[in-house]
Amino acid sequence: MPIPNYREQVRFLLGQQEIKIGINNPNITLLEYLRLTARLTGTKEGCAEGDCGACTVLIGEIHQGNIRYQPINACITLLGMVDNKQVHTVETLAQDNVHPAQALMAEQHASQCGYCTPGFVMSIAALQCDLGDKSQTKVGASKAQIDDYLSGNLCRCTGYGPIINAAQEISKKPLSSAWQTQAQTAKKTIHEWMNDPRPLRCVGNKAIFVAPNSLDTLHDALLKHPDATLLGGATDVGLWITKLGKRLTNIIYLGQVSEMRNVSQTEDTLEIGAGVSLQDTQLLLGSLTPDLEHLMRRFGARQVRSQGTVGGNIANGSPIGDLPPALIALGAKLEIAGADGIRQIPLENFFIGYGKQDLSPGEFVRLIRIPINRNLHFRCWKISKRFDQDISSLMGAFSATVENNKFQDVRICFGGMAGTPKRASACEAVLLQQSVASDVLVHAKRALARDFEPITDMRASAEYRNYVAQNLLEKFILSINDKDQSILHKDTVWTTPAIHQ
Amino acid sequence: MGKQTNITSSIGQAIQHDSALKHATGEALYVDDIPEPVGTLHLSPGSTDITCGAILNLDLNGVQNAPGTVLVLTASDIPGLNDISPTGCGDDPLLASEEVQFSHQPIFAAVAETYQEAHQAVRAAKINIESYKPILTIEEAFAKASFVSKQKQMARGAWKEQLEISANRANGITVTGGQDHFYLEGQISLAVPNEDGVHIYCSTQHPTEVQHAIARILGWPDRAVTVEVRRMGGGFGGKETQAAQWAALAALAAVKTRRPVKCRLDRDDDMLMTGKRHEFKSSWDVGFDNHGQILAVDIHLAARCGFSRDLSDPVSDRAMFHSDNAYYYPTVRIRSDRCRTNTVSNTAFRGFGGPQGMLVAEQMIQAIAYKLKKDPLDIRKINFYNKNGRNLTPYNMRVEDFVLDKLVEELEVTSHYRERRREIQLHNDANNSIKRGLALTPVKFGISFTNTSFNQAGALLHVYKDGSIQLNHGGTEMGQGLFIKVAQVVSEELQVGIDQIEITATHTGKVPNTSATAASAGTDLNGMAAKNAASTIRRRLTAFASSYYGVSESEINFSMGRVTIGEQIISFAELVSKAYLHRVQLSATGFYRTPKIHWDPLSATGRPFYYFAYGAAVSEVSIDLLTGENRVVAVDILHDVGRSLNPAIDIGQIEGGFIQGMGWLTTEELWWNDAGQLKTHAPSTYKIPTSTDRPDHFEIRIFNSGENLESTIYRSKAVGEPPLMLALSVHQAIADAVASVGNYQRLPNLAAPATPETILHAVNELRLEN
Repeated sequence: MPIPNYREQVRFLLGQQEIKIGINNPNITLLEYLRLTARLTGTKEGCAEGDCGACTVLIGEIHQGNIRYQPINACITLLGMVDNKQVHTVETLAQDNVHPAQALMAEQHASQCGYCTPGFVMSIAALQCDLGDKSQTKVGASKAQIDDYLSGNLCRCTGYGPIINAAQEISKKPLSSAWQTQAQTAKKTIHEWMNDPRPLRCVGNKAIFVAPNSLDTLHDALLKHPDATLLGGATDVGLWITKLGKRLTNIIYLGQVSEMRNVSQTEDTLEIGAGVSLQDTQLLLGSLTPDLEHLMRRFGARQVRSQGTVGGNIANGSPIGDLPPALIALGAKLEIAGADGIRQIPLENFFIGYGKQDLSPGEFVRLIRIPINRNLHFRCWKISKRFDQDISSLMGAFSATVENNKFQDVRICFGGMAGTPKRASACEAVLLQQSVASDVLVHAKRALARDFEPITDMRASAEYRNYVAQNLLEKFILSINDKDQSILHKDTVWTTPAIHQ
Repeated sequence: MGKQTNITSSIGQAIQHDSALKHATGEALYVDDIPEPVGTLHLSPGSTDITCGAILNLDLNGVQNAPGTVLVLTASDIPGLNDISPTGCGDDPLLASEEVQFSHQPIFAAVAETYQEAHQAVRAAKINIESYKPILTIEEAFAKASFVSKQKQMARGAWKEQLEISANRANGITVTGGQDHFYLEGQISLAVPNEDGVHIYCSTQHPTEVQHAIARILGWPDRAVTVEVRRMGGGFGGKETQAAQWAALAALAAVKTRRPVKCRLDRDDDMLMTGKRHEFKSSWDVGFDNHGQILAVDIHLAARCGFSRDLSDPVSDRAMFHSDNAYYYPTVRIRSDRCRTNTVSNTAFRGFGGPQGMLVAEQMIQAIAYKLKKDPLDIRKINFYNKNGRNLTPYNMRVEDFVLDKLVEELEVTSHYRERRREIQLHNDANNSIKRGLALTPVKFGISFTNTSFNQAGALLHVYKDGSIQLNHGGTEMGQGLFIKVAQVVSEELQVGIDQIEITATHTGKVPNTSATAASAGTDLNGMAAKNAASTIRRRLTAFASSYYGVSESEINFSMGRVTIGEQIISFAELVSKAYLHRVQLSATGFYRTPKIHWDPLSATGRPFYYFAYGAAVSEVSIDLLTGENRVVAVDILHDVGRSLNPAIDIGQIEGGFIQGMGWLTTEELWWNDAGQLKTHAPSTYKIPTSTDRPDHFEIRIFNSGENLESTIYRSKAVGEPPLMLALSVHQAIADAVASVGNYQRLPNLAAPATPETILHAVNELRLEN
């Protein structure tokens, strides 16, 4: 298939305004564009690493035929990534005088210093967008639901109560007709743009940002720039730029490759395209087992999950990525594509060593294939200092089938315990064929201690990691025997606190 | 409130923060949002991660030649004194010249055309350091006798003999970690040179100190430097002394280049280069009778101050003042050491040593309770200050406004403390994995700067011909609602609507020689100064109206935007307009100094505080014995703000302070490696509470019968810092849950922050004993 011409300017909607702009330096972030070029200073920089949410903006893109708004962190989003999308900031949000999210934040006394406030406004506006028609209830969203939307935004002043109240109030309000109108207009524009077959390629000063829009154009881009940095959601690569001061020369953005965002499920396999967002993965994996839904809920925060991709979490080979241990325990396989075709490898073989993956220049992770076994006992636990938006001190995933009360097909994998996600092979061997009710735990714990030599760092000491890894094994065996008493976080009914005078 | 109170009175109303809508729409401008003047340059400080050593060679050619670099600054470029210490003691250089004393101490600065260029340029420096072995911990500081200042002591009575003859004795060590302020807006200053000197837009709680520091650095008189602060994106003590360095660098570069210069620290630099809450390691020894009443106490407080003095002396003093918390010590000795370490110099942080001192008192109480197998609440109650001669503090000030007996009684009932205590016992007996804990802790916090001279404030009030009012005072707005509270005061005094009053940016050219907005005293001081300015205007208008209309002053009454003059009623604006035509001065200054206070540092006696603020909290937690994970399940707070000026603002301070304190005691861990490098210098690794961490049950009440016995502004009480210490109840509740593992035989060794790892450590220590 012939490769179409390229477009040389990023085009997007900033609110309702059409922006077309060339990119000289592909490292420029959306936040830099907003604050320095567009002079929209309502969006703040709090950390430049996607952890505080002060830079939260809404991104509107076509999803299943409709425009979907999701919160993202502008500080680690590269400007080229918003091509063919709509960007809403705290300045463009209001269709009338003030957006309800803004009015409610003021009414509820939900700002003190005000610096985080625009970010919260965007997050609770995202909640309202997501609830859509479901919003017209008297009760509004639950505390757990609200936390899900707020956990990517840090506030140092309020203690969150009034912000939660504002979020709850907005969750009872239907979207305004003015908002729906602007969404329809934006959808029409983006649709027209997307009918243009030309992918984006910005050629700057000794640097290129290219956004292929099909596997063919991706292959073509890889042939031309085998050394390019592959960019998924920028929740990791973005930090190379903003935190490590790296200046990337050639960037291939994968987010417009529609084939990589496909999902398919059969009786015994779930296939997730590498470009599927972590947010969309939550329900897919959650349909396999509740622990996975819970894990995905605690993965970064809403902004990070809306941006970050399954492929990115795997391909960058982080020893503390939360997805690989769970997927390895499930026996997932990786499909890797390159100029020479497609190869499939077990996920655990992908991680060769710290920072070293089985991926050659010109290759990319295309999809992940997860076997479905309804008889599997699967548990996973993420352990971190803080419940939400934290990187795991350690993350343990356990799966086994049980036949005649004996362990079969045991797969145990940990993150945060070695330089890569790593299986506990000695421990697995001890458990295999043993009775689930026996005193095998003592031996299995001992074996587990031999499997890993974790490090001490700011997240936890080596001793703690080893000790808790063994306790997670204990929880797994207790839960197989229905004896796990340790449920710390149960959903509770949310009541609105009143101001007492 | 007085007899004039009526429906327009804004005192006591839950009025929105004056910038609430501007915050929510993004219109509120922070320093980085101000349109940059043409030609603005950007400054980034440069440093090395070596912890300490002699600077052998500083090769800045790479920085100089980096794209965009306009100027590179080193210590030799400083025309005045190379010192930004708040006390002027000379131990805190703007740029290190001969040696570095902590990892990432600024050594030079790059000034470039863009922010990115400046931040890239500093990476090109080649710095050759001859490393010394650093002093990192309190223990190492004692071993090397390394202190920033002398030991202080306060003592009363025969504490030593009493300790020895006490029927019971307990001792222990209280360890509390530091805390990063994590204001969402990092340190920032924009310096604009002009023909008379330099104008600084700065995010600081202490514009006057920034002004004076810049003047000292430049060798200029104070008058040549003007500092303006519209608002901060959070302060919490971290922008009291810590703003001066970045403002001074920007000012120095602006003066050298004759161009505006902005210095905005990125988050990593901010966390690596600026001071934090002091870590404390404190040992205590307490003697008590069989009822649990304390007879004698010996406390030794040790603070990790970092490499320089900064505010470590007043912080440590306040820790001493609060290591009694709410309890009477019949005989007592309190000693305090201020350790010098090769770490960033610690500084003010909401509570200012108070929290660290108070936790010692609370741990002693809990240790007594476990030893006597009693509920800690009962031990707290029998040791409370009271009127029966048991009201003398260790520093010989009488506690005359104590309300905790009543307040705690009320909270005990409304929180169902006793029922929950029984219920938790049942739960803990039945569950091997999850243990629950409960604690009620009180707070008594002294209000006033302990440095008596700081307890003064000024205000400047202009009434324009149309009757609208511009208000200025020495206090700064960091989100705490100071501006709206002071506007409420003026609104009440002049009986005009709050929307008639424009509160303008704090400006050293309008009100000079201000104190820091700190010590919770912002409203107490500036509210009074503004009230005095408003009274002056009102007096002048009254006198004018009396002579103009020929009625006696007693027949003139200001109310609801109108002025009743005998039989006639005119609008406030009309009176003002007439007064102008008759040449009445419509601008006034106001001044206030806190009465009654005095303090003798040598004998450690006096009355350092005008009054005390009180409160109490009940916290319930769950901990997981397999992982150490934990959750604050329920919190009930009853807090005394005197007569609230603005309950919405006050509740906001209480809730926010509590959650911030909870973060300090649970998830916020500062972690240094063995080389003395801080590895938690961004939100990815330093974890402040999120929305999910807020307890599901969280009830905050203002103490109904609260009233300040002292004549403060409308009998209100300060509310900035005290609520932070309500969170001690969280730590005590976690300790209570841990103690269940050892069947409540003793107080567990639970350091703060109580991270999952720290909790497991304490649990396992108890398990090994049993």
